[in-house]
Amino acid sequence: MASTMITPTRMMLKQLKGRLKTARRGHKLMKDKRDELMRRFMDIVRLNKELRERVEQGLTASFASLQVASAIMSPEVLEQALLYPRQSVELGVEFKNIMSVNVPEYSFRTKNNDPSEIYPYGFAQTSGELDDALEQMAKVFEDMLQLAQVEKTMQLLAEEIEKTRRRVNALEYVMIPELEENIRYITMKLEENENATKVRLLKVKEMVLENAHKYSS
Amino acid sequence: MIYMLKIAVIGGRETVMGFTALGLEAYPVSDASEAKGVLRTLTREREDVAIIYIEENLAEQLDSEIEKYKDSPMPAIILIPGREGSLGLGLSALNAAVERAIGTNILENN
Repeated sequence: MASTMITPTRMMLKQLKGRLKTARRGHKLMKDKRDELMRRFMDIVRLNKELRERVEQGLTASFASLQVASAIMSPEVLEQALLYPRQSVELGVEFKNIMSVNVPEYSFRTKNNDPSEIYPYGFAQTSGELDDALEQMAKVFEDMLQLAQVEKTMQLLAEEIEKTRRRVNALEYVMIPELEENIRYITMKLEENENATKVRLLKVKEMVLENAHKYSS
Repeated sequence: MIYMLKIAVIGGRETVMGFTALGLEAYPVSDASEAKGVLRTLTREREDVAIIYIEENLAEQLDSEIEKYKDSPMPAIILIPGREGSLGLGLSALNAAVERAIGTNILENN
């Protein structure tokens, strides 16, 4: 116990009381922060789950179409068809602050605004399944982007919650009990000193009276 | 807002192929060690890659690399299912995050 290391003085007592007060306030704030983070985290987890399912379904469907396309077309033609992309995506990111956690927010812009511009080939030599595959992929892309944003947010929040939780627990189970223990120790020690002084004074008074008047009470 | 950042996809040749058409940067790889090399160059030498999508069956063996970037705001490394369909790794990563934050997995039951 740390009580062996502290000096039982009034000044120390005052200091410790101040620290206890700060610790209590900090604990309350941290707890509130943790609760709010947790609330947001749960919303985001739910959204993440939903998005992930949607993206996985969409991609699986798109891959299936692509599989059919690659079965119909020769690998060389398929390769050639997709060799040079006509579309290009540029991504912008902004950071948003959720309870002092910086989370990214993505937005994207495509070079060509026409949705039919995703097909980088003429339609003469390619099969319809390839068109299907690309169309499905383009559809799922927006969800993929959102998934990236939500998943990153979730990871960052998880880290922050873990940290905050540790702090709350450290304050609640270590700092605050230790401070209380020390304060109790000092108060007891001070009382003891006071009693000792009182007894000593009584004793001295008795001795003085005895010496002066041969009188004892 | 400045639109300068890029999105990369790492995966098998067939998986990646479709994404080129959408205008993403595709990096076809044949095995996990090659994917590791690509992931390293993307995360260390390139400043302009904000999102990296990586195929699940490759990501399985790159856990330690991916773990490093979990706590940094950039880049986001996101698992996507491969051609064979979803392995459920993405959802298990989600569960891991929940467990990390709350200490126990509260989603498992429903």
